[in-house]
Amino acid sequence: MSVLARLLRQPFAVAGLALVLGFVALALAAPFLPLLDPNATEPANRLAAPGAAGHLLGTDQLGRDILARLIFGLRVSLAVGVAATLAAALVGGIIGLVAAFYGRWVDGALMRLVDVLMAFPYLLLALAVVAALGPGLTNAALAIAIVNVPFFARAVRGQALGIVRRDYVAAARLAGFSDLRILVSEVLPNVAPLLIVTAATTIGWMILETAGLSFLGLGAQPPQADLGSMLGDGRKVVAAAPHVAAAPGVVVFVLVVGLNLLGDGLRDALDPRMKGAETGVPQPATRVERGRAASGTLGHEASGALANSVLDVRALSTAFATPRGSFPAIRDVSFALRAGEALGIVGESGSGKSVTALSLARLAPTPPGTIVSGEVRIGGDDVLDLSLDALRRLRGDRIAYVFQDPLTTLNPLMRIDAQIVEAIRPGPGEGAKALRARARALMADVGLPDPGRIARAYPHELSGGQRQRVGVAMALANAPDVLIADEPTTALDATTQGRILELFARIRRERGAALIFVSHDVGVVAHLCDRIAVMYAGEIVEEGPARAVAERPLHPYAARLIACAPQLGQPDKPLAPIPGAPPAIDARPDGCAFAPRCDHAIDACRAGPIPLEDAGDDRRVRCIRWRELLGEAA
Amino acid sequence: MRSYALRRLALAVPVLFGVTVVVFLVIALVPGDPALAILGSYATPESVARLNAELGLDRSLPVRYLAWVGNALTGDLGRSYALDRPVLDEVLERLGPTLILAAAALGLSALFGLAAGVASAVRQNGWVDRAIGLALLLGVSTPSFFLGLLLVLWLSVGLGWFPTGGMGALFGGGGIADLLRHLVLPAVTLAVVATAILGRLTRAAMLDVLRQDFVRTARAKGVEEDWVISVHALKSALVAVVPVIGLQAGYVLGGAVYVETVFQWPGVGRMLVEAIGRRDILLVQGGVLAVAALYVAINVVTDLAQAALDPRIEV
Ligand code: SF4
Repeated sequence: MSVLARLLRQPFAVAGLALVLGFVALALAAPFLPLLDPNATEPANRLAAPGAAGHLLGTDQLGRDILARLIFGLRVSLAVGVAATLAAALVGGIIGLVAAFYGRWVDGALMRLVDVLMAFPYLLLALAVVAALGPGLTNAALAIAIVNVPFFARAVRGQALGIVRRDYVAAARLAGFSDLRILVSEVLPNVAPLLIVTAATTIGWMILETAGLSFLGLGAQPPQADLGSMLGDGRKVVAAAPHVAAAPGVVVFVLVVGLNLLGDGLRDALDPRMKGAETGVPQPATRVERGRAASGTLGHEASGALANSVLDVRALSTAFATPRGSFPAIRDVSFALRAGEALGIVGESGSGKSVTALSLARLAPTPPGTIVSGEVRIGGDDVLDLSLDALRRLRGDRIAYVFQDPLTTLNPLMRIDAQIVEAIRPGPGEGAKALRARARALMADVGLPDPGRIARAYPHELSGGQRQRVGVAMALANAPDVLIADEPTTALDATTQGRILELFARIRRERGAALIFVSHDVGVVAHLCDRIAVMYAGEIVEEGPARAVAERPLHPYAARLIACAPQLGQPDKPLAPIPGAPPAIDARPDGCAFAPRCDHAIDACRAGPIPLEDAGDDRRVRCIRWRELLGEAA
Repeated sequence: MRSYALRRLALAVPVLFGVTVVVFLVIALVPGDPALAILGSYATPESVARLNAELGLDRSLPVRYLAWVGNALTGDLGRSYALDRPVLDEVLERLGPTLILAAAALGLSALFGLAAGVASAVRQNGWVDRAIGLALLLGVSTPSFFLGLLLVLWLSVGLGWFPTGGMGALFGGGGIADLLRHLVLPAVTLAVVATAILGRLTRAAMLDVLRQDFVRTARAKGVEEDWVISVHALKSALVAVVPVIGLQAGYVLGGAVYVETVFQWPGVGRMLVEAIGRRDILLVQGGVLAVAALYVAINVVTDLAQAALDPRIEV
């Protein structure tokens, strides 16, 4: 999409553009409009109110027509603002380019100069310049341009630094092109958008500040008048005739609003990075909109509903909004867990295993996620029905999480014990001291050495393994019914991984909580868990007892995944990856999602959705050929 | 922390040096004979010669700079001929009111800027966010000299709620209450633009933080959402925002020039405008130097505050 199109899609920017174009047109047309002479005094008709005969906006203290003065003043203010902006952009741009291009001491010297200019409060340096050169519109504009040079220099240098290191610039240098030619033909075009954005976002300021200097009597001198000096004149009679000051004041304000609206719009249109920062932040809980999408396309799945389950997930689907519409990230996920049981969810990245884990306590990010169907029952309550407050009470109490990278998942500004205490639900009458004691006990429980020292530490002062133990301690704080570990060892080195896995194994033995362990590593999961669910393209493709699935997978994808898994104890053995890649979320086929990569695919596989079938022995599989393939293998 | 403080202070030294050079060079920019410009039309040839000798205009620029900076370090910033008193005395007398005004405005802008930014970020893309966004844009576009005029006209002249100008004598019987009555309008006027800038920055910083993993961790622990926002997210956002509050001080000290003029507040800003009108260049030099040094100091303080907030800034 072109820059202009992106600009015109933003209503605020369009409003700004319209305002600015209107003002510019008015300023350009001023000499041709049927206006009175802005400088003709009419002593008999001083301070006439707006609407007086012949004077639409009244007259000022010398009887001059305010409307005419306003339009000519606007012309002056605009011209001065544009000139100051161009001057600042030119000088600042050159400084930035030269500093980036030559680097070393040239860069050092120029940037120190810029630092010094920025060490002055914005307007004060301008005042000093005007004081030296004497009042006057040109000097005022010059002063404002000078104080804005640093903004341009810094911005341009930052961008140009990245460009001068690129190959084509080095090639141009080797080819013997002159520095000037390289700068103008290779570097300048790349910094031009930034230069335009900086100019567009600062021109409003410059007009404002130049008007301010004129208002103080340091800019335009009579008979010359800009909006600022008109405002300054009006101030002298403001009590008797407020319209004299109000007219130029309103025009300056509206003009600058227009320029800023346009500048912000241009910035968003030209700088996709800024636009990226505008995508939504996650809300406190995943949105639930059940019954909207075509849920349960397969009718009621063979769900593993259990009589005495602590967690019962049925036909859970979470959709992600993309620029091309909403697509299911996970589809009809069903499983159940008894107390003390451990389920491992495995799959490649993008298989939906994390989205599944996060959706259980509505932690999948909204935007872009929305839970569109299913139920998540914990002890009889459907989590997806709970109010935000009830959900908050459930989280960390009955269902707790351990996340992947313990460095980013702990708050870097908070001491460890404060973060653990935060996780503990205080009993009646339990004070701060008791909570801290409980936090220490938890830390000892997860094998953190020297809890006294670590309690007072910040996350960055701990090792990766220690941080992850803190994560586990927080999750265990209230003895949850369900513990969900989302790739808890992926960010750790091999030795530490082993130790954390031992910790999880011990927790399983001692605590009796149900565990969901999400991992891309089948070996780890088979070792730790009772059951395995293999996910592919947002669906469970195989589920069953861990040992049976690991030793005799029924689904072709599960078989490939297990075949290429690293052996436990040999984590460095290179993997034989599965050829091809899983389909993107918005490009999943109608039939079996694995068909494009499956060696056994036949036409029937692509015909329509494949149900998750009961395969006996407490196993389920989503493949129409599993029986045949089992026979072949035997 | 201590070594960081020392290094940050050391960084300020070359900047301060540069500031003195620039301020000194201001006088070198004066077209024609500076002594004549300073003394104005009342100058006699003798007084011009005397001032020339005093300013040492017959010596080279570096020598003059060293002499000037040496004097400045001992508190001698020269003499204001128009006021017939030492520049330092005048500047010190005017600095107090400016500090009161700037501190009030900065306090207001921090309060409302942070609140607006947080409220906006939490309801990102909702109508509250859009309304605040538009209000902040109007805020940054406001000419404070015009706003001040409107407020005086409406609340002082019209409704008589506030005095039209001046500062009120803190020690002259009026007391704190009188000072506050005089302070409200100028402080609010000065705070508007700063609030708007800070609000936009806070929103961006909060949006950044709310995306981070530890916010999800806090929610997964069942921490109250208000606590997630105010303690986890806002504190992290402050690490980015606090140094900006230091930069804000620059806008506030600059904007004070207009506001002091409109409200006849007896601060450095108004002093500078009057001094420029009289071509009292030495007074301008002294005033700009003092405020710039103050500004450098404020930025050291806010950087140290940032380090105090963030345990990772260390060593
Ligand atoms: S359904 Fe067909 S394509 Fe899909 S896994 Fe089974 S054999 Fe392969």
